[in-house]
Amino acid sequence: MAKNFGKWLISGPPVLYLVVFFVIPTCIMVLASFRYAGEYGGLAPVLLHDASGAHLNLTLESYQEFFSDFIYSWLFIKTLIYALVTTFFCLLMAYPLALLIARSASKYRDLLVLLVILPFWSNFLIRIYAWMILLGPQSAFSAALNGFLGIFGVGPVRLLFTPFAVVLCLIYVQLPFMVLPLYANLEKHDPALLDAAQDLGANGWQRFWRVTFPLSLPGIYAGIALVFVPVLGIFAVPDILGGTRGIMIGNLIKQEFLEARDWPFGSALSIMLTIGAMIIVGGAALVAGRRGKGNV
Amino acid sequence: MSKKLLAVSGIAVYAFLYLPLVVVVAYSFNNSKLNAEWVGFTWHWYRVLLSDDTMLKAAGNSLLIALTASLASTVLGTMAGYALYRYKLKLLPVLVMAPLAIPEILVGVSLLIFFVAINLTLGLLSIMLSHIAFCVGFVAIVVRSRLSGMDESLPEAARDLGATPFQAFRLVTLPLIAPGIIAGALLAFTLSIDDFVITFFTAGVGASTLPLQIYSMIKIAVTPEVNAISTLLMLLTLFLIVVASRLSPDSIRGR
Repeated sequence: MAKNFGKWLISGPPVLYLVVFFVIPTCIMVLASFRYAGEYGGLAPVLLHDASGAHLNLTLESYQEFFSDFIYSWLFIKTLIYALVTTFFCLLMAYPLALLIARSASKYRDLLVLLVILPFWSNFLIRIYAWMILLGPQSAFSAALNGFLGIFGVGPVRLLFTPFAVVLCLIYVQLPFMVLPLYANLEKHDPALLDAAQDLGANGWQRFWRVTFPLSLPGIYAGIALVFVPVLGIFAVPDILGGTRGIMIGNLIKQEFLEARDWPFGSALSIMLTIGAMIIVGGAALVAGRRGKGNV
Repeated sequence: MSKKLLAVSGIAVYAFLYLPLVVVVAYSFNNSKLNAEWVGFTWHWYRVLLSDDTMLKAAGNSLLIALTASLASTVLGTMAGYALYRYKLKLLPVLVMAPLAIPEILVGVSLLIFFVAINLTLGLLSIMLSHIAFCVGFVAIVVRSRLSGMDESLPEAARDLGATPFQAFRLVTLPLIAPGIIAGALLAFTLSIDDFVITFFTAGVGASTLPLQIYSMIKIAVTPEVNAISTLLMLLTLFLIVVASRLSPDSIRGR
């Protein structure tokens, strides 16, 4: 009895807080996706009162709207493509870095890891803004690139406000999420395995592709999950760097809530995004789980 | 992979990580209105910043929100972390982690609908309440990891010597996990002062914070004043994170 009392006294307040400010808002959003939009933005009442009494004022209109115009599905597909490209390049860039850290002398490792984490603790907007400067038409980077292209007679290209700028910045903000799980995995590899492979006549590439790489697959899967999912909901990067061509699903959600003020449709989009992310993560976990078992 | 190739590509990736931030800091001292050519050194943009009332007001709001949110979420998060460690409640881990796992934009819009539904005027209060909601989980994780590193026989010994459960907690457990709690509080403060997405949806028109102010400056007209405030904000975060990671080395490795 006393033990249970202590248990509820300690877990009660945080549970109550998270129920009120996380669970209930989420439920309200799910309900909102089935409601009508209010006349001046916001939401129409759930209950309508007329001569025959009160009845529910709910609809599937928002979901019908989503499937009626391919433009919305296309935006989802485009967001998925951005996330895939981002994840691929993060993996490509993170792997050598993680391997380098894992193979450095152990006294330097913590410092090298800290150097990966630090930029990611600077403000998210500042990191986006930094790319706005770097890719701007007056920047040294743009000038150098266009000077180089000019040699081949290719006209000056614009970097800012393009899908290229969006994906580049997405790679930048997500990169540490790929480095850390990869490093955590690679650090645990037993160096004796590589020595054994060498003794058996494997060259450098063979040692990498047949020993290190297969062993690092769990780290790769973890990194992919950590990079891919957050990208799906990002709106600030395309909002600042993407112009009109670079927008993603997050921008549409933001627009429905703050500019178009069609909250039911915005809620429906948010729910489709959540379901999509869950399907992808669930599917990937299944594949990874099966692969993992196969390896053991 | 050959050692040289590995070192070169590793250094290139470090350069990729730091170059953009170095550029922002450098241009904050550049005596030019444009973020283009290096003209000369100046403190001008920092002086502009200090006389910008909107920016100072936003900074004040950010500090107030971060202090309140980190204080409240440290109390709630410590309780949650202790409950996670001590009691096997099935749904508690899900409840604590879920706000951290789902895309931020979803937390932001659902809180927006919620505040409007309960007729709460959007402003400082709604921002604080939202920040507490996403900080609780981070504090709980840090505190829990500190607790699981603790020698469990110490509070048990206190109990054997006649301490009440509360005394054992206050006099033995609490001092042992204090560094974890302080690290959690610093983490919450940093997350709150840096948050853009959730604040963006829950701020309404009344209140602005530093990230919101930076956002509107970037969207409307970029001046090197943004570089100056970015540099100061980076210094502050850097300081807080280094202190927090000293106190609780394992906790800062990723949000």
